[in-house]
Amino acid sequence: MLSSERSRNLLYQALLLAAVVGIGWYLFSNTQHNLQTRQIQTGFGYLSREAGFEIAEKQIDYQASDSYGRAFLVGLGNTLLVAGIGVILATLLGTLVGIARLSPNWLLSKISSIYVEVMRNVPLLLQLFVWYGLFTELLPSVREAISVGDWLFISQRGFRFAWPAEHPAWSGVGWGVLAGIALAFGWKTLARRTQLRTGRQWPVALPSILLIAGLPLLIWALMGAPTDIDRPVLEGFDFLGGKVLSPEFTALVIGLSTYTAAFIAEVVRAGIMAVDRGQTEASMALGLSPGQRLRLVTLPQALRVIIPPMTSQYLNLTKNSSLAVAIGYPELVAVSNTTMNQTGQAIEAIALLMAVYLTISLTISALMNWYNNRVRLIER
Amino acid sequence: MTDAISATHSASSPPPASSGGPLSWLKKNLFSTPTNSLLTVLTLAVLAWIVPPALDWLVFKAVWGPQPLAACDAVRGQGACWAVVWEKFRFMMFGVYPFDQQWRPALVIGILVSLLVISGIRWFWRPSLAAIWVVGIVTSYWLMSGGLGLSPVRTEQWGGLPVTLILSIFGIGFAFPLGVLLALGRRSSLPVIRSFSVVYIEVIRGVPLITVLFMASVMFALFLPESMRIDQLLRAQVAIILFVAAYLAEAVRGGLQAVPKGQVEAAEALGLSYWTIMRKIVLPQALKISIPPIVNSFISLFKDTSLVVIIAIYDFAYAVKKSVETDFSWKKYFIEAFLFSILIYWIFCFAMSQYSQWLERDLARNTQR
Repeated sequence: MLSSERSRNLLYQALLLAAVVGIGWYLFSNTQHNLQTRQIQTGFGYLSREAGFEIAEKQIDYQASDSYGRAFLVGLGNTLLVAGIGVILATLLGTLVGIARLSPNWLLSKISSIYVEVMRNVPLLLQLFVWYGLFTELLPSVREAISVGDWLFISQRGFRFAWPAEHPAWSGVGWGVLAGIALAFGWKTLARRTQLRTGRQWPVALPSILLIAGLPLLIWALMGAPTDIDRPVLEGFDFLGGKVLSPEFTALVIGLSTYTAAFIAEVVRAGIMAVDRGQTEASMALGLSPGQRLRLVTLPQALRVIIPPMTSQYLNLTKNSSLAVAIGYPELVAVSNTTMNQTGQAIEAIALLMAVYLTISLTISALMNWYNNRVRLIER
Repeated sequence: MTDAISATHSASSPPPASSGGPLSWLKKNLFSTPTNSLLTVLTLAVLAWIVPPALDWLVFKAVWGPQPLAACDAVRGQGACWAVVWEKFRFMMFGVYPFDQQWRPALVIGILVSLLVISGIRWFWRPSLAAIWVVGIVTSYWLMSGGLGLSPVRTEQWGGLPVTLILSIFGIGFAFPLGVLLALGRRSSLPVIRSFSVVYIEVIRGVPLITVLFMASVMFALFLPESMRIDQLLRAQVAIILFVAAYLAEAVRGGLQAVPKGQVEAAEALGLSYWTIMRKIVLPQALKISIPPIVNSFISLFKDTSLVVIIAIYDFAYAVKKSVETDFSWKKYFIEAFLFSILIYWIFCFAMSQYSQWLERDLARNTQR
């Protein structure tokens, strides 16, 4: 029997399956027993119970009397916010550093490589500690805040800056920007179709800028043109008014984006170096302008090499945002940790946490794969 | 007459521009075009603004050597207080390990670093390396925990740099076989084994290390019967092994994919069994290709071990943090303490990444014909 390969293969698989099921059952029964003896409840019922802890920063309304489920959503909102801003900043900085590393200017390329070699060879956690320490310990107290005009106050409590006072027009402006971007995309598609059909080129850059900037401006003017500014004022022990970036948030965003930027710089550098010199030379010979050369020849080919590793950097940044728990920014892990300590339902809390991170990871991968398929080289 | 001739001659064909020397280097690398010159001037301006005060703080006005707190307070704000490193050195390095026994963790640092260095030397890349690793790991464990003539030290008292080295080196040592098995499993033709490996690798790679550490620190206690209590350090170590194995599996899979199919087919034609083919034909070639990505995983692992701070394990980062946090008078010099730990981590990681880059070039040259 065992000499036939088929049956041996079946046996191996059955053994693995049995081992996995067996170990799983063993752990499950232990857990059941332990939970009973410690009188810990099971199930996700705790999500609807009252959380009873405050969260300092939130994107959606939340009070201590809200449920654990809502607290979890607040954490998720904070994680997504940090990851979103971090990805944008890291991409900008990383691209700059990556291009600077390839610059013919010796000084610039040396500084960029020092940046990369320092940032990526030091644990992110320590970098976060240093940023957080700088923002909380070394900045002056609220009473001695560094002020930039009446507009910005920098103190241990964070960066507080003036912000337009609340007015319905401002949300209209927000929608105007989104509509402007959508219309600009439509215009670009239309211009492209026209060029393919008739060969005539319509201007794209100027109308796009007009749409994205003009539309919100028009809405702002039509809705009453509010000009009131809400400025921070020192009252008692803290500032009132304006908007604030907390030290936790600032340290986390700066730490995450400067760290990830070092990796992105390497990705961008490799991508640009992968484009054959002949491509640039050929496009010069065809008489393309430097802008067209970059936009139509170099970039599309570099992106093909850049996107897969860039995706994993974005994923890393999102996963690394969980280090916020060490400096007290209330994102997903921090909120789950508090929940876990209060309810004792560690298994559910951690399972939920892992499921959410897996979903985020798989979503980002799927989006980037979709984009990658669009820019991929179509082989003959 | 002769003067006139030589003058016209030299005017019509000037000597070739010098191609060496510092001036031409400057022109070529810093002032080749107007944009380039502008960039250089701007960069120099920024450097002139940042570097002198930074150097002043870091070096010239800083307090060096075993100085008292008062010396630091005198130059507070103008110079760094490196005296904090001297003051807290033993605690940063060894945490709360019994003071009179600290020669043992010091020796362990030596053993583990030599283990790394030996593994980097090509001459040692042979089966006996595994034996050297076993000896190194067992000796380090004995020195740390005691017994057999040494006074026993519980793992709660371990701390500092040895813990960081143990977590990462034991971590990679135990994760390596697991990673190889998972990589083989992912490429196996048996559906159950393949899907198990794929799910394991993708799930672990999709979640942050923190969640795995939390799982280990909180859930292991629930998973095991009450008679089996494993300590916090071991739990973190197991979590790190399980986590790194998934990343190693992907590194090894890259190597497996690069081995030509003909190698396996030829071996099958010779009638070798699966495990013999893997052991003698495929893995030796695949592992050699995947050494650079394995080294890179090790660098990430070395940095990531600092995350155990969050579950309160005394690794190097936590020992440094605690060393200043627990002493009120030195607390204000935490930046200097963190910078010292950053320097130590950086030395390790930078050396390994330079080695990895050199190795990649060297191996590429070896396979080019």
